[in-house]
Amino acid sequence: MLILECPYCGVKAEETELTPGYEAHLKRFGPGASDEEFEAYMFARKNPKGVHFERWRHVYGCGKWFLAARDTNTLEVFGTYPAQSSAPPAALQDKIKAKRPDWKGYK
Amino acid sequence: MSTRLSKGGRLIDRSASQEFSFNGKKLRGLKGDSLAAALLANDQMLLGRSFKYHRPRGIVAAGPEEPNAIVGLGRDGRFEPNQRVTTTELFDGLEAASQNHWPSLEFDVGVINNSLARFLPGGFYYKTFMWPRAAWKHLFEPIIRRSAGLGKAPTARDADRYEHTYSFCDVLILGGGIAGLQAALVAGASGARVMLLEQAAHWGGRAPVDGDVIEGAPADVWINNAVQTLAALENVTMKLRTMGAGVYDHGYVLAEEKVADTTPGDGRPKKRLWRIRAKQIVTATGAIERPLSFAGNDIPGVMLAGSVREYVVNYAVSPGDRTVVVTNNDDAYRTAIALVQAGLSVPCIIDARSTVTGDLPAKARAMGIRVEAGKAIAKVKGGKRVTGVSLCAQAGQGAVLEEISCDAVAMSGGWSPVVHLWSHCGGKLIWDKTHAHFRPDAARPPTGADGLAMVVPVGNANGMMTAADALVCGAKGGAAAAQAAGFSAEAKAAVADAAPEADMEAVWIMPQGAGDALKAKMWLDYQNDVKVSDVQLAAREGYTSVEHTKRYTTLGMATDQGKLSNINGLAVLADALHEEIPQVGTTTFRPPYAPVTLGALAGESRGDIFQPLRKTPMHAWHEKNHAYFEPVGLWRRPYTFPRPGENHEQAVHREVINTRTNLGLLDASTLGKIVVKGPDAGRFLDMLYTGVMSTLPVGKCRYGLMCNEQGFLSDDGVVARIDEDTWLCHTTSGGADRIHAWMEDWLQCEWWDWQVYTANVTEQLAQVAVVGPNARKVLEKLGGMDVSKETLPFMQWADGTLGGFPARVYRISFSGELSYEVAVPASMGLAFWEALHAAGAEFGAMPYGTEALHIMRAEKGFIMIGDETDGTIIPQDLNLGWAISKKKADYLGKRGQERNYLASPDRWKLAGFETLDGSVIQDGAYIPSAGKNANGQGNTQGRVTSTYHSPTLKKGIAMGLIKGGLDRIGDVVEFTTITGGTVKAKVVDPVFYDKDGEKNNV
Repeated sequence: MLILECPYCGVKAEETELTPGYEAHLKRFGPGASDEEFEAYMFARKNPKGVHFERWRHVYGCGKWFLAARDTNTLEVFGTYPAQSSAPPAALQDKIKAKRPDWKGYK
Repeated sequence: MSTRLSKGGRLIDRSASQEFSFNGKKLRGLKGDSLAAALLANDQMLLGRSFKYHRPRGIVAAGPEEPNAIVGLGRDGRFEPNQRVTTTELFDGLEAASQNHWPSLEFDVGVINNSLARFLPGGFYYKTFMWPRAAWKHLFEPIIRRSAGLGKAPTARDADRYEHTYSFCDVLILGGGIAGLQAALVAGASGARVMLLEQAAHWGGRAPVDGDVIEGAPADVWINNAVQTLAALENVTMKLRTMGAGVYDHGYVLAEEKVADTTPGDGRPKKRLWRIRAKQIVTATGAIERPLSFAGNDIPGVMLAGSVREYVVNYAVSPGDRTVVVTNNDDAYRTAIALVQAGLSVPCIIDARSTVTGDLPAKARAMGIRVEAGKAIAKVKGGKRVTGVSLCAQAGQGAVLEEISCDAVAMSGGWSPVVHLWSHCGGKLIWDKTHAHFRPDAARPPTGADGLAMVVPVGNANGMMTAADALVCGAKGGAAAAQAAGFSAEAKAAVADAAPEADMEAVWIMPQGAGDALKAKMWLDYQNDVKVSDVQLAAREGYTSVEHTKRYTTLGMATDQGKLSNINGLAVLADALHEEIPQVGTTTFRPPYAPVTLGALAGESRGDIFQPLRKTPMHAWHEKNHAYFEPVGLWRRPYTFPRPGENHEQAVHREVINTRTNLGLLDASTLGKIVVKGPDAGRFLDMLYTGVMSTLPVGKCRYGLMCNEQGFLSDDGVVARIDEDTWLCHTTSGGADRIHAWMEDWLQCEWWDWQVYTANVTEQLAQVAVVGPNARKVLEKLGGMDVSKETLPFMQWADGTLGGFPARVYRISFSGELSYEVAVPASMGLAFWEALHAAGAEFGAMPYGTEALHIMRAEKGFIMIGDETDGTIIPQDLNLGWAISKKKADYLGKRGQERNYLASPDRWKLAGFETLDGSVIQDGAYIPSAGKNANGQGNTQGRVTSTYHSPTLKKGIAMGLIKGGLDRIGDVVEFTTITGGTVKAKVVDPVFYDKDGEKNNV
């Protein structure tokens, strides 16, 4: 059971307080999108052994969605940040890069 | 025979005799005994039968690794199957019964399987499942089911209660042997908050049994001092009888505490589940001794050498008068020495090593014990009890040199660290060739949220096999853990006398060149009857992965989960595959370490508080009026209100007829109500619903559909425009929380710059549907609002006062009748409901339930989320294209619905159905069509989605999906019946009743 710090209320929340929202930073494809784009948006999900970005909601707390960067293998948490982010904060990306030189970026 | 010795026993109180029973036989033990010790003291060695061959099984071990001595404890509401006698503390009045035998423990007919052993090899289950099928069903299964099976599941409700408790600490130490105590002393002195858990009922582990000397005195002295020192520290919490069951992500640990096992019915919880968050975890979990694989090593009386020693030293119980010790290491000599010191006979120590030179063997020899080096046991003799062993050379094929009579055999194949808790959350292992065991690889620990090690293994659990090394390791580990948790600690260790031990020698088969006949009698997994020959057969049949071999042979799948013999099994597998043991690897260690009772995991979550129960403000009235409830999400809603003499069907039909002819009242409070407000609320709802909500005039209502991004229908309901920037969205009863979360998800994560607030006000309001030809009359009688057709036409709402109640009245209808849904503050819900019944009495008011609601909506052809939809249905399938805006550029699900297969004319679409004979189509019925599909199954062209007897129309009506949909009207099709037949039905318009809406247009 993970512990993730909610970036809104500052609570170090246990997984039972949270609800998972799976992969973060997906781009929504609506009408006009090609079949390939829509398929990728709807179904193609990363499943890395390593650095991963996820959506979580502090559902039994402040109710806010936030994003978390963690290593799915070692369970290391690199950081959490507000859901209102179109990309991981630069400082967080630098931190991950320093710890995982082979990391290819969040996209 | 096994018996109680007249002297000794460090854990027993000879002045406190305790009575217990085994298979109804009254026996006596002593306070401090384990059940195993008490049974052995009464010469009760035979305790059960093995799973497959029903071979007699006796006690092998003294701890949680025991695979054989499994019993049922207690009776009725306190009956517990599959309890290990070795981890059960004796108490006055304990009742135990053996299991897995038929008809009796002494005479078991299942032993016939034993003579069929040739036909029940490894993989037996898979092979017989495959072929011949008939033999499995008619021959094997009935015999096996009758005679096998482990404990029976209890049938009575558990009379005990259980609880969960939460705790947090800096350093959690699992295991209270000398390494764990040493780690606790060091971490405790640092000021860190320390928890120390020990699974047994006493501290100190094996050190006193081994005769270790610490700081110049017997280990017991140091242990007592350590316990007293720790007890005096405010920052240290100590728990006996508490087993660390699992280590999980980010320092989360589950532990099970036995609270009232020995005092049943004393009011305390039987067990307590500890849910602990630790910054650092120290595993001081000790080691488990391995059996040796020689023929007949499963005969009762063959035990682990360390366990024999434990029974003698701790409980003054001798497993036998004459005990042969067989070993590949020095440690087992301690057992021989302890036995002789207790006045018992050790006719021979059989040591597989060709040269035996250590200090312990020298001591044994000096005591006059015969030591045979380079020797092995060719075969153990005996049936239900050991009678002797045949001596042979370890190097040979088992030619018997000598018969030695004995009534017990103490075996030691070396010790394996308990690495389970280290491994649960990702800790890796390395192979230690010196000790022939896997131990934690410090370079690859389980890591926490900071990416650093969160578990520190110490003592035997870390492969430190002497007391001196274990104490040093415990001190270092305790200091490392405290430091990692932010404290400064000094790794000062107590000093133990070092008794140098000579190297052990890995022995996986005894004798080395044993032939097939002997290997077929060498047990690896005692409970599941997996032998050396089975693992070798699996290897020959191509099972090269240890995980596959485990499942194929069932090695390590018994209740001990391979604690006793997994290493032996994988060594045999490695040998058969001509690979090294580390290359073959281990199976995965998964929590719990030892069984945790389900009651403890459930804790208080059972019965009435298993889950929250949601009640409407009118719930008590429904109960008083004999409502029959059905669950809707966490709500309980009245299904119907049966009257005396009515069955449910009759009651439902009465409610429908009364609502259609007089006045029906429905508690609709569970309906989801979500306020959506803000400058961008209209724009937001236009994205959420398939229709347009932004153009809805204030004061009006509109039916809306919500889809997920795949385009599939997710929820529906009526939306009301409250003011310029406020809408109220009704959702289904079960969908309110889900839809509210769905709204928040899009607002927070996608359109976070839109200015919209949402609030789920479902429980703030009580809502009543006032339905039927007399609906307006009763509202007018209550008075206070103009609810006329002119002022409040269909699909409009108004605020006002009804009979003194502040009310919002929606003129909407889910039944086709003249209908108002009235919302009042929740606190006034019951009073308003009662006022409606009082005022409505003269108009024939009756409450109705959800089933009448369902029938009336089906009579009108209205869809129900969850009946007509199942997560694969788009609105177009249900002829709801009219509720989808063609003008909007985008809404959630629009792109999904554009996928070609969803636009296919072959999709099944909604239609109505009436059977030709007026009967009701069965729930779940399909409409078959000609031919077979690629899998040889009959083709289908549709299925029923809602089916009822309509009391209004006095015949069966149904809605369903059929290829062609409404184009098929007039066709006669066949629906399947549960008995394999069919029933003919005509395809019709799904609106069965009042097609022109006259009833509502008043």
